[in-house]
Amino acid sequence: MNIANLFKIALRALANNKMRCFLTMLGIIIGVGSVITMLAIGQGSKQSIKESISEMGSNMIMIMPGTEERGGVRQSSDNMQTLKPADYKELQDNSSYLKGISPQVNSSGQFINGANNYPSQIYGVSPDYLDIRKLEVDEGSMFTDRDIQSASKVCIVGKTVIDELFPDGTSPVGKVIRFNKIPFTIIGTLKAKGYNSMGQDQDDVVLAPYTTVMKRILAIDYIQGLFCSAISEDQTQDAIDEITELIRKDHKLKTSDDNDFTVRSQEELSSMMSSTSDMMTILLACIAGISLLVGGIGIMNIMYVSVTERTREIGLRMSIGARGKDILAQFLIESTIISITGGIIGVILGCGAAFGVKAILNWPISIQFYSVVLSFVVCTFTGVFFGWYPAKKASNLDPIEALRYE
Amino acid sequence: MANKEIIRLDNIRRYFKVGSEEVHALRGVSFTIFEGEFVTIMGTSGSGKSTLLNLLGCLDTPTSGEYYLDGVAVRKMGRNERAMMRNRKIGFVFQSYNLLPKTTAIENVELPLLYNSAVSSKERSRRAMEALEHVGLADRVHHKSNQMSGGQQQRVAIARALVNDPVIILADEATGNLDTRTSYSIIVLFQELYKKGRTIIFVTHNPELSKYSSRNIVLRDGKVIANTQNDDIKSAEEVYKSLPKEED
Repeated sequence: MNIANLFKIALRALANNKMRCFLTMLGIIIGVGSVITMLAIGQGSKQSIKESISEMGSNMIMIMPGTEERGGVRQSSDNMQTLKPADYKELQDNSSYLKGISPQVNSSGQFINGANNYPSQIYGVSPDYLDIRKLEVDEGSMFTDRDIQSASKVCIVGKTVIDELFPDGTSPVGKVIRFNKIPFTIIGTLKAKGYNSMGQDQDDVVLAPYTTVMKRILAIDYIQGLFCSAISEDQTQDAIDEITELIRKDHKLKTSDDNDFTVRSQEELSSMMSSTSDMMTILLACIAGISLLVGGIGIMNIMYVSVTERTREIGLRMSIGARGKDILAQFLIESTIISITGGIIGVILGCGAAFGVKAILNWPISIQFYSVVLSFVVCTFTGVFFGWYPAKKASNLDPIEALRYE
Repeated sequence: MANKEIIRLDNIRRYFKVGSEEVHALRGVSFTIFEGEFVTIMGTSGSGKSTLLNLLGCLDTPTSGEYYLDGVAVRKMGRNERAMMRNRKIGFVFQSYNLLPKTTAIENVELPLLYNSAVSSKERSRRAMEALEHVGLADRVHHKSNQMSGGQQQRVAIARALVNDPVIILADEATGNLDTRTSYSIIVLFQELYKKGRTIIFVTHNPELSKYSSRNIVLRDGKVIANTQNDDIKSAEEVYKSLPKEED
């Protein structure tokens, strides 16, 4: 039996029942359309959530000196001196998962501008720090690598500090303030970031080259911590493993030795995020599954009725030489054509609806290629699966009985 | 007769189980039909006529005995082989036409050829056209089945039976649903086909029709009670012409 002929037969049979054919398709159209739209909206919001979470620095990794016992007394990690600028260099030169690295040394003290003074912290960092902590320069500019080499006395100041030191609202850029009697030239200001979720004022900050803070303020040769950002969220764990390996090598630790430093990431944030998106995916998959199931049952229902209604036709076809498998193939092709055509229309309508949602409600959307492919595969499968039973029933009819059927 | 044997029935029996009872529909039927014969098979209801027709049409197989169609034994054939036999060797004409609804004449006639992958689509439409011309419906090719009269529908059905060039045409009460005048026009068509050398088996309960065939087989209670050659074949055309045209 020629497949092309079978297609012709099936298409003619469908054309004889256009209305019913369309109504059957409707189930699949709505099923696929809603899957596509839902996934587009779901993915869109997932992406926007992801963006806002990474705004908070979700791919940030902190390296702190390890604690140590001295004569039975555990020391605070602030006093540890295990992290050196050499570790910073090592990571800069050899890491492949890191986008930005910055050392951090800090000191608290009183900032003075003329008659105004304010207690705050000065953070010694490198220019990468801005990107790692998602800070942005408002006025002026960030200090450069040259400032770091020369340990220049320059700084970039947060909003809270500016408000306290320059209450009259004059631009602070170019002005000189003092920190513990050391004069610093303000070369830039930071954009206000507000309070973080822990209630800390993120604008109560002054950034200066880490070399300046190390040499001119603290007079130390170690660093108090390292801040890094992984290239992407997903690579955070790889980055942590790599950092551990590199620093252990740099510190010449034996395999039996414990780390003399700790590496921490925003695991909580990322695990929260992945659990949110997993929930979403499962939910959407459920919706998709249910709507396609309903559509599929619709097809089965109609094909089943159709077999009963067309019993005489089946008998006739058998009497003029159609074999059981020809009848089976015809009914399967019919149900598959219905489901695939419904799928195509559903994909088009679903994409249209998604763009409509974007245009009217201004929701973020993201149409996933895989969802289109998936709906297609599921549609074909639905057609064959739910068409099988009625088709099998048709092909098993006895031609004599079928011809006599009223 | 020097003609080729088309059908040979050898002591055919067909029993059915209905509940716990066994119904003997055919109790040893034997006859032979040669190429070019026009045979009517008669019998009242319950005579085993339908069962015999189903067997002749390869829709059913006998309980015992052997049936040779065009020299091939049918009894041991499977479903698919019999479907093939029906497609290549038999043309059915039914009492209720059994055309596909909402389908044009030519599409209905093409149908048997669609199940024969050896026939190309060009060949298919050529042969369908030819068959429709044979039955005098060349001007109704693209009419749908529900736009045609009963007589026209039966002609389409006959064209469909002819299109695969079968060795035998099996007509089951082919005039049962038609008025007298149209019935005769169909008999005329069958007589024309007979003159062209077609082998025809016409199953009916109407004794009138035996006058127009070349042989008459009568069944009763599952047995052949008469098998008579008719040397004086009446012309259906004369009767047809004598009938009044409009009968409102």
